[in-house]
Amino acid sequence: MKIYVPLDSVAVALGADELAQNIVDQAGVRGIDVTIVRNGSHGMVWLEPLVEIETEQGRVAYGPVSPDQAGDLLDGKLSSLGAVAEMPFMARQTRLTFARCGVVDPLNIDDYQAHGGLSGLRRAVQMSKSEIVDEVTKSGLRGRGGAGFPTGIKWKTVSEAEADQKYIVCNADEGDSGTFADRMIMEGDPLSLIEGMAIAGVGVGATRGYVYLRSEYPVAIRVMRAAVDAARAAGVLGKGILGSNHDFDMEIRVGAGAYVCGEETSLLNSLEGKRGVVRAKPPLPALEGFLGRPTVVNNVISLASVPVIFERGADHYASFGVGRSRGTVTLQIAGNVKHGGLFETAFGTTLGEVVNDIAGGTASGRPVKAVQVGGPLGAYMPVSKFDTPMGYEEFDQNGGLIGHAGMVVFDDSADMLKMARFAMEFCAVESCGKCTPCRIGAVRGVETIDRIAQGDSSATELLTDLCETMKDGSLCALGGFTPFPVMSALTHFPDDFATHKEAAE
Amino acid sequence: MKDFIIPWDDDRDLGTPAAHGEPVTLTIDGFEVTVPAGTSVMRAAALADIQVPKLCASDNLEAFGSCRLCVVEIEGRRGTPASCTTPVAPGMVVHTQSSKVRKIRKGVMELYISDHPLDCLTCSANGDCELQDMAGAVGLRDVRYEAPQGGELANHYAVRNTSGEANPEWQCKDDSNPYFTYDPSKCIVCNRCVRACEEVQGTFALTIEGRGFDSRVSPGGPLDNFLTSDCVSCGACVQACPTATLQEKSVIELGTPSKSVVTTCAYCGVGCSFKAEMQGDELVRMVPFKNGQANRGHSCVKGRFAYGYATHNDRILNPMIRDTIDEPWREVSWQEALDFTANKLRGIQEKYGRKSTGVITSSRCTNEETFLVQKLTRAVFGNNNTDTCARVCHSPTGYGLGQTFGTSAGTQNFDSVEHTDVVIVIGANPTDGHPVFASRLKKRLRAGAT
Repeated sequence: MKIYVPLDSVAVALGADELAQNIVDQAGVRGIDVTIVRNGSHGMVWLEPLVEIETEQGRVAYGPVSPDQAGDLLDGKLSSLGAVAEMPFMARQTRLTFARCGVVDPLNIDDYQAHGGLSGLRRAVQMSKSEIVDEVTKSGLRGRGGAGFPTGIKWKTVSEAEADQKYIVCNADEGDSGTFADRMIMEGDPLSLIEGMAIAGVGVGATRGYVYLRSEYPVAIRVMRAAVDAARAAGVLGKGILGSNHDFDMEIRVGAGAYVCGEETSLLNSLEGKRGVVRAKPPLPALEGFLGRPTVVNNVISLASVPVIFERGADHYASFGVGRSRGTVTLQIAGNVKHGGLFETAFGTTLGEVVNDIAGGTASGRPVKAVQVGGPLGAYMPVSKFDTPMGYEEFDQNGGLIGHAGMVVFDDSADMLKMARFAMEFCAVESCGKCTPCRIGAVRGVETIDRIAQGDSSATELLTDLCETMKDGSLCALGGFTPFPVMSALTHFPDDFATHKEAAE
Repeated sequence: MKDFIIPWDDDRDLGTPAAHGEPVTLTIDGFEVTVPAGTSVMRAAALADIQVPKLCASDNLEAFGSCRLCVVEIEGRRGTPASCTTPVAPGMVVHTQSSKVRKIRKGVMELYISDHPLDCLTCSANGDCELQDMAGAVGLRDVRYEAPQGGELANHYAVRNTSGEANPEWQCKDDSNPYFTYDPSKCIVCNRCVRACEEVQGTFALTIEGRGFDSRVSPGGPLDNFLTSDCVSCGACVQACPTATLQEKSVIELGTPSKSVVTTCAYCGVGCSFKAEMQGDELVRMVPFKNGQANRGHSCVKGRFAYGYATHNDRILNPMIRDTIDEPWREVSWQEALDFTANKLRGIQEKYGRKSTGVITSSRCTNEETFLVQKLTRAVFGNNNTDTCARVCHSPTGYGLGQTFGTSAGTQNFDSVEHTDVVIVIGANPTDGHPVFASRLKKRLRAGAT
């Protein structure tokens, strides 16, 4: 009997490790021969640990299964959820990047290949550098880390730069609150990231790759390291990858817990063993990046989306989406929702559809008040903006940003002044300290919001001025984007700021 | 187009280092400016006599982009890029003044000053403070930040907060170094000292400890002070500091200088140029002269701080003579001393012949002094017996150079080290013997020379 128990951090946090052990123990008692496969998560967090048993009719899901239900599971006493792919939350998704996540054994190369893995890289090693770059450009893929910069243009810059050594650096310092797509794919389908990095290496002429992975993700670190070893053993990494004349190898580097090291230039400094402070641009990392060499710095999801683009073709990928946002967006639904988790869909779905329909509204049952999209530096979108389609430009026009596509939902009990204060506090704690607007501004922001809370009417204008200074004056997006949550809270929810004032009066 | 030839005594700070690319023409505030490709917008503006406000930039350091005062607007580009980190481009149209950049600059200055003690009148940098200058330049008139009721305004300058408790952000002044003090309460974290220690001096004694608002300059580890750190007291950090955070003790004691004289340091053979900054005839501090061809604005501890001998009690202020070695010295007038010396030398020549006298000068003499001595030898003594100590210590190199290049003198100036790829050092220890040149040499090594 083959049983799938996720190794995903969320499942583990909800008892998956204990459950897996209990299944083995209980099977022993019952004299049942079981094979446990530790797969990734399918992304339905409210059902974790979600266990699947392989049957003649296919894999049948159960969840959530608590560790003490191992015996009941084996005895067939639990009611099944049916096939995962047919569950409504899954059936309505377009899974390109996450197609294998939860389905395959993350560290099994054969399983990976049986599900389409490596066909993209096989195709890429036959192509010229410019053909590879053109394919990525044609796919319309844009940086999924938050900035939305066209990946093809970045690759082209690195590809055409002349240097004795070039690098591929994967930004896996997923620090945004409410985001977990990077972690999920690294735990559930690490080989797709490795394949994407290898294709990038071939495309730009880089022979070394690094994954900068945050220390807070011990499972992802373990799985990624094992996957790199497995890929090397299978000839996917190393000299002459897949029998071609291209060399590419990579390693996993662990960060030390600074949010700002997810900013690409800080990340490069940290990777070089230096203090994680932001570098001024220019020079662009694409020309002078890691150790001063041309470097592709891409987010996990950007790179993990590359294999499917080469497997099915750029046109296939670009056929999804809206406007200039092509392909799929890997939404991470979190906060006060009924159905949180990973939802991959073509760009263009509206915010309201995601929150009310897909996520099923709030877990508390109270009305939604605001959704913070794009991490701690993203704007709070009020319900009046729920018809905004998921798309980079579409969000920008509505004063928001998609960022890494994490969304945190709040019900009407949320105090938006407190949320604004938290944004400034977060910036103050995580600021690298290099530029003045962020270093001093964030601290002043907290104090000024406290004054507003006390009813100091002059402080609101000062906060607005401060946000303008931070937005226009900061060196990087940390100080530059902190005004988004603050000003969106102030603009869309003035009552939360006025109430305190009146209370004080 | 303006005349961009810089007079030799112009030591303005142009913000970022010179570049050496092909000429590029752009427009800044309506003026056409032509500068080498790779030049920053800030430097191009400064060359056209347009000052863009700045605090973290200095033309002996690579652009850093942290203070955010130098933001400008560039037509066709989004946002407000920092002029120090933005290289010029052909046809670029730059505006250094607009209501938008003025607002940003004022906003940034308001933040700076909200964490700075307002003790300008009693501050040792009063009148010589870039923070003060910039507050004036951006027109800061008001600091609106204040503590919420019952709370504190986070700051680094108050020893105790309003409720009398110790301020956790405050650090005491470090006066462990004999020549300068470090007062963290006045630091604006521009990193110029840290960068000067790294880029100019190459000692890497300084770093920033903590992050965000907690960021402070730190010599070595948390338990170090300047004296116990790797600091070699070259003074580059003090010179780089735009405030009174790093300040010469002599300035703290005497006040700001009122005039300066360019002179040459005689400690070693490098020949560093200095500005002797004075009050009347009293020396306040020695500042390495930016246009000095040997040192290009850098110094070592000797020339920078070790000038106490100039006014030391042991210093001989009047000529002294004696007839024989067992007699005590006798203080005499210059006339008597010169007559005595002339008579003695003439006496030797009369007795033993014209070639019986000779002179030798030290490598610590300036070229001018050595020239005068050989002139005296040839014109007055009537012989060619003139030499310098370089005959001894430089005999192998002199011979080698003579054989190879036809002259035993150096064939290169110090600036040429910036263009060299391979350096062979034989029988010398530049770091100890000629520290300022060693710093320039090591800078080149860090850039990739071998």
